[in-house]
Amino acid sequence: MMRARWWFDRGLPIAGIAGAARLPVSSEEWRQAAEDFNATGVRLLALWATRNEHDRNLVRAAYTMEDRLLVLDLELAGWHYPAIDHLFPAALRMQRAAADLSGVRAMPIDQRPWLRHAGWPEDFYPLANRENPALTEPVDEHYPFVRVQGDGVHEIAVGPVHAGIIEPGHFRFSVVGEKVLKLEERLGYVHKGIERRFSELPLLEAHRLAARVSGDSAVAFSWAYCQALEGIAAAPAPPRAAYLRAIALECERIANHLGDLGALGNDAGFAFGLAQFSRLKEILLRSLQTTFGQRYLMDFIVPGGVRNDVGASTLDALIETLRTIEGETRKLRTIYDEHSGVRDRFAGTGTVAPQLAAKLGLTGLAGRASGQNYDLRVDMPCLPYTEVAPRKVCLEDGDVAARVAVRFDELAESIMLTRKLAKRLPDGAIRTDVPIPAEGRFGVGAIEGWRGPVFVALESGPEGWVRRCHPHDPSWQNWPVLEHAIIGNIVPDFPLINKSFNLSYSGHDL
Amino acid sequence: MWKTLRQIQKVGLVTEAPPSADETLRVREALQQQILAVLGRALCIRQVDAGSCNGCELEIHALNNPIYNLEGLGIKFVASPRHADMLLVTGPVTRNMELALLRTYEATPDPKLVVAVGDCGCTGGIFGESYATRGRVSNVIPVDVTVPGCPPDPVKIMQGILTAITAREKAR
Repeated sequence: MMRARWWFDRGLPIAGIAGAARLPVSSEEWRQAAEDFNATGVRLLALWATRNEHDRNLVRAAYTMEDRLLVLDLELAGWHYPAIDHLFPAALRMQRAAADLSGVRAMPIDQRPWLRHAGWPEDFYPLANRENPALTEPVDEHYPFVRVQGDGVHEIAVGPVHAGIIEPGHFRFSVVGEKVLKLEERLGYVHKGIERRFSELPLLEAHRLAARVSGDSAVAFSWAYCQALEGIAAAPAPPRAAYLRAIALECERIANHLGDLGALGNDAGFAFGLAQFSRLKEILLRSLQTTFGQRYLMDFIVPGGVRNDVGASTLDALIETLRTIEGETRKLRTIYDEHSGVRDRFAGTGTVAPQLAAKLGLTGLAGRASGQNYDLRVDMPCLPYTEVAPRKVCLEDGDVAARVAVRFDELAESIMLTRKLAKRLPDGAIRTDVPIPAEGRFGVGAIEGWRGPVFVALESGPEGWVRRCHPHDPSWQNWPVLEHAIIGNIVPDFPLINKSFNLSYSGHDL
Repeated sequence: MWKTLRQIQKVGLVTEAPPSADETLRVREALQQQILAVLGRALCIRQVDAGSCNGCELEIHALNNPIYNLEGLGIKFVASPRHADMLLVTGPVTRNMELALLRTYEATPDPKLVVAVGDCGCTGGIFGESYATRGRVSNVIPVDVTVPGCPPDPVKIMQGILTAITAREKAR
């Protein structure tokens, strides 16, 4: 821990989050820091590439330790930098994405493209080249999957268009009989050029794009974006706005957990669960429509605060709805717990042991089901979590049952928390004016969304435009772990295991 | 088991009346008569996420909850385009999904309908057209009905679906 602290202590403060710092490092220090961090349990939050004011390539890695966040800045003389995925496996795909988007390559590295398929030429780097390539006819991509060979091994290819109402991605299973030997994911299908689009928007409007990085985490992403922006502009949101943002964030968590709990029951063959929980989710969404003016809060959080105030009686009605949901959920939990068929499907399925979870960097909700006791709301709290802290939920079993239990516990905790937030909601303004920040500022935001830590790194450009914005979804960390969770399980359990993680494609593909 | 049954009995029927068709959502009128003649109102839908942020998918999911109960109207989501009469497409269509969308469209038997859902599917939305996206769904496949919104609520989506399978008043 001493060695890790030494790096964190040398950082210079950055705007957005108290306890966040940045440290310019050499190539050797970049590698050494990663080794020290790996040895002391520091977490890798994100890795991305940008360009500095001298128009040189800059690779950045954000790490978290307890209540501190450190961004390492590595300026490159050319296009290469030392890979860190042998220490932090989650970094592998982030390095491949940086290679696709910015042209910077980690050495040595898996040289296969990740976000680029066959849609644009190999030598076009969207974040480095401004000129768009000519539109070509769509063609098939030939992606070299890693093959498993041996007697009786065959492959099952699934996607990108899946059988349900789900986002697109490709899964390549190598199986013997029903048993899965290996799963390899191919993602990037919903890559919409979000990072490039950010730099075409004014700073004061780009929160709308942030909210649409992953629709199910609209509140988390727009809050993290605004945190970074308000840090750069030195215009913190008023306390009432912070409380309303937290109420919105907890409602987003509750809504997603309700949806997942129903879908998980359904995937275990218990359609009753889906009918009941989807009904409760609908009741909550309607209440959100009355409270915040939207069912999904895509536009509630704005720079400097929130879009509209919430009156006392409206808030009381929301709390009352949550009380109903609380009671119903408690009943349904007993039904799930007592249902032998459901228990049988959940328990011991898709297990990720705490040790493996730590090694692979499993994070957020899935991490907390595998002993990774980390929650930004408690460990790196911003207002109002500094005043009203939730109880952290953490289990050790790491199977589908544990991920279900974490959802039940967090749902109950979020309802309790929302009640406390509503009770202590301060009076005052809901928005402050955010001045247009000067060029060349750098700020960060980090919010514990329902899926896990959501991170935004923002750089201001000239005349109030975004220079560069990197949004990071916890799915980057957790997608590779899903490949491990399925090993040794049977193919029909994949939908259940996949749902128990419920990762974002859009948030990852950007 | 008795707890499950008691819960079912206690909640009872919660399904609400469906909305009626909305002609303003229709952008193309090619096959309605033909499809109506074959299908009446029984319809199979294949949903295709061609690049959405997943917000629209959440609201499409809601169509199957007991309150909207789309299946109660004889309309259901199917696993293969080969079983489908309608594609419900969310966008913007990414370059990486363009081919998959085209193939899904080709795999759907004629006569077929396409409903584009969400601001991005209708116009390209906040993502627009770029090196990575083709924008609106109709830039890639023919679209019959568009349902704007970010995301559109389930009633609006249901209206879009019902519009596509309802004949225009004057055409009757």
